[in-house]
Amino acid sequence: MTTQITAPETPSAPAFGAKASGLFGIPAPVGRALAAGGGVLTVAATFLAWTWTAEFPGDLTVYGYPGGLQVLVLIGGVLTTLFALASHGVRGVRRIAPAGADAAVKLAALGTFATAWYTVLAISVELGGLVNLEPGGWIVAVTSLAALVGALALPFERPEPDPVDPDSTAWEKTAHRLAHGWQTVKAAFASGSPRPLRELPSWAEILVVVAILALGLTVFTYGIGTSYDELFIGFLLLAGFGFAALNKAGLVAHATQITGRHQNVTLCGAFVAAALFPFTQTDDQYATLGVYILIFATVALGLNIVVGLAGLLDLGYVAFLGVGAYAASLVSGSPSSPFGVHFPFWAAVLIGAVASLVFGVLIGAPTLRLRGDYLAIVTLGFGEIFRITANNLDGTSGPDLTNGSNGISSIPNLDILGFDFGAPHSVGGFTIGRFANYFFLMLVVTAVVVLVFRRSGNSRIGRAWVAIREDETAALAMGINGFRVKLIAFAVGACLAGLAGTVQAHVTYTVTPEQYLFAGAIPPNSAFLLAAVVLGGMGTIAGPLIGAALLFLIPNKLQFLGDYQLFAFGVALILLMRFRPEGLIPNRRRRLEFHDAADAPAALGRTGA
Amino acid sequence: MTTDTTTSAAPQPAAPGEPVLEARGVTMRFGGLTAVRGVDLTVHNSEIVGLIGPNGAGKTTFFNCLTGLYVPTEGEVRYKGSVLPPKSFKVTAAGIARTFQNIRLFANMTVLENVLVGRHTRTKEGFWSAVLRGPGFHRAEAASRARAMELLDFVGLADKADHLARNLPYGEQRKLEIARALASEPGLLLLDEPTAGMNPQETRATEELVFAIRDMGIAVLVIEHDMRFIFNLCDRVAVLVQGEKLVEGDSATVQGDERVVAAYLGEPFEGAPGAEEAAEVREAEAQAEATAGAPPADPTRDAAPGKETDR
Repeated sequence: MTTQITAPETPSAPAFGAKASGLFGIPAPVGRALAAGGGVLTVAATFLAWTWTAEFPGDLTVYGYPGGLQVLVLIGGVLTTLFALASHGVRGVRRIAPAGADAAVKLAALGTFATAWYTVLAISVELGGLVNLEPGGWIVAVTSLAALVGALALPFERPEPDPVDPDSTAWEKTAHRLAHGWQTVKAAFASGSPRPLRELPSWAEILVVVAILALGLTVFTYGIGTSYDELFIGFLLLAGFGFAALNKAGLVAHATQITGRHQNVTLCGAFVAAALFPFTQTDDQYATLGVYILIFATVALGLNIVVGLAGLLDLGYVAFLGVGAYAASLVSGSPSSPFGVHFPFWAAVLIGAVASLVFGVLIGAPTLRLRGDYLAIVTLGFGEIFRITANNLDGTSGPDLTNGSNGISSIPNLDILGFDFGAPHSVGGFTIGRFANYFFLMLVVTAVVVLVFRRSGNSRIGRAWVAIREDETAALAMGINGFRVKLIAFAVGACLAGLAGTVQAHVTYTVTPEQYLFAGAIPPNSAFLLAAVVLGGMGTIAGPLIGAALLFLIPNKLQFLGDYQLFAFGVALILLMRFRPEGLIPNRRRRLEFHDAADAPAALGRTGA
Repeated sequence: MTTDTTTSAAPQPAAPGEPVLEARGVTMRFGGLTAVRGVDLTVHNSEIVGLIGPNGAGKTTFFNCLTGLYVPTEGEVRYKGSVLPPKSFKVTAAGIARTFQNIRLFANMTVLENVLVGRHTRTKEGFWSAVLRGPGFHRAEAASRARAMELLDFVGLADKADHLARNLPYGEQRKLEIARALASEPGLLLLDEPTAGMNPQETRATEELVFAIRDMGIAVLVIEHDMRFIFNLCDRVAVLVQGEKLVEGDSATVQGDERVVAAYLGEPFEGAPGAEEAAEVREAEAQAEATAGAPPADPTRDAAPGKETDR
């Protein structure tokens, strides 16, 4: 194995004349062997015991099969080994890295190393010392380090340092050296553009789509089901580096291409995958998280119409969710509702959506004449006005409508056509609990929002929105009635949020003004909604869904962050904006906007967002 | 007639010589500054009219008055007999389309999408139609695309329909802007410095393009600093100086007018034959003086491509 020579067609192979070497002075074949060997041994080590006591969560004391964090390290080890073999040019395996495997090996090894060492350190710290490690723990620490060293020894094209100005001060020289160091690190993890994808028969491509969705569902279910902090951190580490490795290997580009060719299949498949989620759960505990994530994600997607398509920065968007929720709760037959009526759900949905729509038009009509930052400030104000008004409509400060800060409580469970959402049901041997019931209902609402987003985005009105976002003056000169078009975007966004609000009222039992803050620790609130859109990727469907899932899960799972949650959130946002301003799932347009034409195709394959 | 926004066919060419645009005593004041003072201008059907003048003469301000971006302080603008509405999108719907001095494409939309946006006033599929996607929607969308591709073919960008507008070279961006303006099926096209920053070949191609547009029955009003371009192209030329119309007439009249030369050069020449020759004379004089090799600016071509005072 070690005597094999690098496949000449590996894109990251050095070009003539360019200086190519690894970060360490180890010959490339040795580095590759080290990476592959380290990967294999890491996989083997996950079958050993890492500690002697089951006090560390996940029970890492068993010889014979991996548990908890060991499974994550196992996956990382397998990825590292596969990419290392692909880097060797082993026939068959090479196909998994269409953009060159070297950068992928580095990232996979880094992910494995981070997860393994995090586990080992967590064991030592929590149980009080290195003595708590069994041999397996030591072995995995060494093998994952060896794999990392081997991977980092793989050659890459070092960038030429810019000439130093001899007159510059010591500080400027240091900055220059640092900048060069950063360029070198970036070059070490750079990879070429992926080989073009051969056209497969459509059944095969659809199978690939199904596999991608299954992988997505598995990862999501695993993440949502992580039951202790250490496992979730390990999951984040591995998922982050693993995704980066797949991306550098060119697999993500291929997956995007294939799903782009079968958009409808992918969309339907994604909904089927989401609908399967409750069946993977044994109790209602994580279905609760699922339905909250779905509410958050749906509202974020609605906001994406306003922000991502029409470019209207709305900082009070959560108010529309509140209007929908209040409207639905007032007619839900709750004892604290002053109306005391109990409408059927379809009527409540209609009322909630229409109330939000009216509210949206009322706020939009005077404010949409403003542009940019001014609009953001005014919507921020209106969002707060809604919350304070709801607080004051308690019978003492104003008319008794919302029951003040106590809110509308004891909202009864829904009952649609005799299907009681409050009670568990048995479907094909699976027990579907209360939150799972609402999860399915919410999924329908999400489908409606996705449909509206997709269809309106790719039409005359959607183009008008994008045109307004791009250049309002030119859009007006092209005959677009800017105010009207913006008002439609604002009203549609409000209406969709109200729709989600009607379901939210029933899921949470209680609707209080404090659920609809501008910024708070618990999503959804306006700041988090906007963050989900920006983080996920403006103007896409998948972006806000993934952004919302992350923004909900991370604070929920990492309870120990406590008061530092918002701080960590801010730091994460700054880092993201620095290194990936187009979001996790970039719109093709945005990618072109933020990166040079060199790393992106000049033409879009299909028109439309 | 002019308010009919639902026509799907190209506008019926009016009888030759019928006025398309009539501006009467247009005055635009910004506070104490009068940018345009009492300008009269008539553009007839199938006519190419040029508007020239030194920088700061108020050409673009006058354009903005014609397209509804500004409402004139005094005077009125009539398009095919009816007074223009005061909103720019209504003006476009009425049948006046424009391009901008500094290109204002929708940079992150594709070339085809840019032209489709131009079709906005001639289609009427709203939000519900887009969400419900009935047969009417698909028909209208297909018709819009077909028309947009025709226009791209007309300006020679059909093979770049899927490119982002921002990735086009400069000359093609200008062409795309014209195609986008044509997509709104105008009766009058206003071009604000269409050849700014172009090389002679591109200027020549633009000339051909403008003639072809005229032959489609669309009147054209063009601002330009390139005198050769203007005098080749235009049936009539109006000269705007310090917000007032100095002279109007065919190329020979304008070229021979001493006041125009004076306005451009600052001083009248004895028996000056025309602005262009005057510029050559001045250049020759400057070179004769040979003062430290500083090349004199050519006053007839002082195009300002970076000028950002578009609106």
